[in-house]
Amino acid sequence: MALETSEIQEKLTATFGESVFNFTQEKSIFSLEVASDKITAVLLFLKNDETLRFNFLTDLCGIHYPDNDDSHQFTVVYHLHNWIDNVRIKIKTYLPGSNPEIKTISNIFLCANWMEREAYDFYGINFIGHPQLKRILNMDEMISFPMRKEFPMEDGGRTDKDDRFFGRTINNA
Amino acid sequence: MSELLLPPEHRYAEIVKKRQNEDGSELSILNLGPTHPATHGIFQNILLMDGERILEAEPTIGYIHRAFEKIAENRPFYQITPLTDRMNYCSSPINNMAWWMTIEKLLDIEVPKRAQYLRVIVMELARITDHLICNSILGVDTGAYTGFLYVFQFREKVYEIYEEICGARLTTNMGRIGGFERDWSPEAFRKLEVFLEEFPVAWKEFENLFERNRIFIDRTVNVGPISAEKAISYGFTGPNLRAAGVDYDVRVAQPYSSYEDFDFKVPVGKSGDTYDRFCVRNAEVWESLSIIRQALDKMPAGNEYHADVPAYYLPPKEDVYHDMESLIYHFKIVMGEVPVPVSEVYHAVEGGNGELGFYLVTDGSRTPYRLHFRRPCFIYYQAYPEMIKGALLSDAIVILSSLNVIAGELDA
Repeated sequence: MALETSEIQEKLTATFGESVFNFTQEKSIFSLEVASDKITAVLLFLKNDETLRFNFLTDLCGIHYPDNDDSHQFTVVYHLHNWIDNVRIKIKTYLPGSNPEIKTISNIFLCANWMEREAYDFYGINFIGHPQLKRILNMDEMISFPMRKEFPMEDGGRTDKDDRFFGRTINNA
Repeated sequence: MSELLLPPEHRYAEIVKKRQNEDGSELSILNLGPTHPATHGIFQNILLMDGERILEAEPTIGYIHRAFEKIAENRPFYQITPLTDRMNYCSSPINNMAWWMTIEKLLDIEVPKRAQYLRVIVMELARITDHLICNSILGVDTGAYTGFLYVFQFREKVYEIYEEICGARLTTNMGRIGGFERDWSPEAFRKLEVFLEEFPVAWKEFENLFERNRIFIDRTVNVGPISAEKAISYGFTGPNLRAAGVDYDVRVAQPYSSYEDFDFKVPVGKSGDTYDRFCVRNAEVWESLSIIRQALDKMPAGNEYHADVPAYYLPPKEDVYHDMESLIYHFKIVMGEVPVPVSEVYHAVEGGNGELGFYLVTDGSRTPYRLHFRRPCFIYYQAYPEMIKGALLSDAIVILSSLNVIAGELDA
């Protein structure tokens, strides 16, 4: 029998209560948010529960939201996949901008090791307990975290690409 | 030179100093790469070795990191395909199609059946070239150059088909939102027919050359095996996972572009060693050929090659010159003024070496807010140090080439 999303929601709320919230169905993928201090417990539960069986970590990445308030500056997104019932879910957890840190899941899924290093490399998210948290794609000497939105890709002084000439602001396109 | 200018010693140097073998021999450190003729790409591995056995390895990646995710955040949606080309450049049409399908999922665009079938054909051609290169290069690494030269001419034939379809060969930048930029020419179909006629003969000979070859079997059987549990935990997908005996294939698990219409097997191996990976790829080439044949046979009549979405699909250039509406659409699309919903999508396809996923977050502007590529190579290459532990140096080369790690995809 296929795994229903309502069942996932019921099981998670029964076990974790207030720490799991914002359940939504987004374009064929079921999504939820988790309080950042509960992430390892939730992922372990999803992996080991007899009916949920989310055995595969598909993807892990960071997102930066500089316009949010300080407690919601960074997001870590986990994509899990249950291969037995063929169900995907997406888990989001928000981290504060002043101190973005979260527990590592590289002991639950071995593949999270490099994905967390990548998130650290690009966003400076600190994964507590990670066995080797150092830069992976950029060089070790780099001091900034380049995927954060405050780092422009091009020289900010360029005028030939100025959106105002096209009647545009960043938000109205 | 002053000692201050020397780089810090690697942690293996300490191990070498401390450990003394009983027979008086010493451990050694070998720097394999970043550029090495046997690694087919830029991979550096620092190996701690006891004689010819590898005790430990530490890979360094990122030598051709080009910040595609950052660049993508500054580009309109239709300008991102050239970036996807350059990830797995051995099968770039799969990456292109995966990107268009991600946007189509975001915009809820229904692509006509014929265009979907054309996409299936080109994606399977790409898979054939990908597996062809991987397997024949594996042959080269075990000392058989002939097989490589023999089948490599067929990659050229496939590239000629790409050329007929989109004008480019390696980095194809093929397709548009909703389909293809133009209908396939009769010449493309003719070349495809010739390929389907000639290639199976050569591929059969290639298989015969290797599959029961004493030298090849000695070099590959039980070299770099990985168990199914380990492979799943390390995030393996694609042929490398199937070689370990898990029949997960995105084409079957979550069919896209009408893969559910075709009848094909998912070949699996048993031990996950280099030989199984080779055989799984060989078998997949046959399945791909069968899918292409089925797609050609089932191809709906007509000449529809794109969806009817004027807001996202460029109008024909002739119309732009004298038709007001076309001109407006042309301008809006080129300037990136197309409306895009605020949403998040994840779309995965079966790439040449595993689940290739695009996680796209939009904020309603003309560029992605965040685009993350799930690159199969990046994820499974982290198992490499463990796979080569205890192996010989020559085995490490063979394992690397059988994993089909593409540097462009690894570093994005």
